[in-house]
Amino acid sequence: MIHSVFIINRSGGLIYNKNYNTHIAQLSSNEALIFAGTFHGIHALASRIAPTAKATGTKDTGIQTIDTKNFRLHCFQTPTGIKFIAATDLLHTRLTEALTRIYELYCDYALKSPFYNLEMPVRSDMFDAKLLQLVQQD
Amino acid sequence: MASSQQQQVQSMLKLDTKQSKRSTLLLEQPVTRQRRDKVSLSAFAFLFAEMIRYTQNRVLGIQDLETKLNELGQRVGVRVFELTMSREKTVRRETRVLQMLVYINSVVWRALFDKPADSLERSTENEDEYMITDNEPDILKYISVPKEMASFSPGAFISGIVESISVCCQCPARVTSHVVPAEGMPVRTVILLKFDKDVMEREKRLEAGKSK
Repeated sequence: MIHSVFIINRSGGLIYNKNYNTHIAQLSSNEALIFAGTFHGIHALASRIAPTAKATGTKDTGIQTIDTKNFRLHCFQTPTGIKFIAATDLLHTRLTEALTRIYELYCDYALKSPFYNLEMPVRSDMFDAKLLQLVQQD
Repeated sequence: MASSQQQQVQSMLKLDTKQSKRSTLLLEQPVTRQRRDKVSLSAFAFLFAEMIRYTQNRVLGIQDLETKLNELGQRVGVRVFELTMSREKTVRRETRVLQMLVYINSVVWRALFDKPADSLERSTENEDEYMITDNEPDILKYISVPKEMASFSPGAFISGIVESISVCCQCPARVTSHVVPAEGMPVRTVILLKFDKDVMEREKRLEAGKSK
């Protein structure tokens, strides 16, 4: 099951943060912002120091999963530099389709709304509702 | 010399038009074509969002914003009315209130949104008010209105379309749109038509004349 979802914009700022598991320790909003900035940094580092990139000349995709003893962190970076991060339990090995669907929801309910300013936090009831539906389905 | 140059230019132009064949021929296609052409909802959603942002920069309040969107919708409504009338090959234009509402409910909604409107009701409190309901208007479903503008209904565009059609059918009305969320339908929109006094009086006279 998916514990939480984060969306980071292209400059490293957190634009969406939602927790779906009430039984685990919650991240304070400050901690979430620090997490987003840190993750943005290490993601950039990883894509630059990848040994395969220099050899083939193509840029590496960056961090895709981070494993710990209790949970796994998945990351999906769009070609526009937005990162979709999900923290799940260890049962999920790859979350690319779910993260792609979250990307589609972001495109639909955030980008097509006239009241959403780019790179700003996402404040859309429809987006929250649809994302909740998607997380509960998984 | 000049002719070969001309031929070169013409062949280049031909190549050009071949790639954008659809767009140049769209305006040259007959009005009454059989196959109904559809526009991508995403493309229209982006255009509509930009329309709302554009008007937002030029108004000073929510009422003004709705009025401006209404005016934009009116421009669409006149053209939609002409197009649907000619495509349906109907012989007569509706001038009675109820027939006009049924026309809007079925023909116009199907031409614009590919589905008939969900319900048509007459208000119980006021005799001159009618309501057209759409449970999930496609063009509005991606828009999330922030809480500080909770009374704004982007369906003002649709109400503009309906208002201009009502003027074309000689039943002028004041049309507004309201969001009335219901179970499982958070974007349910109600288009409220308030007909002018002379329209209702004319209807009464015609009803009296018919029953006599």
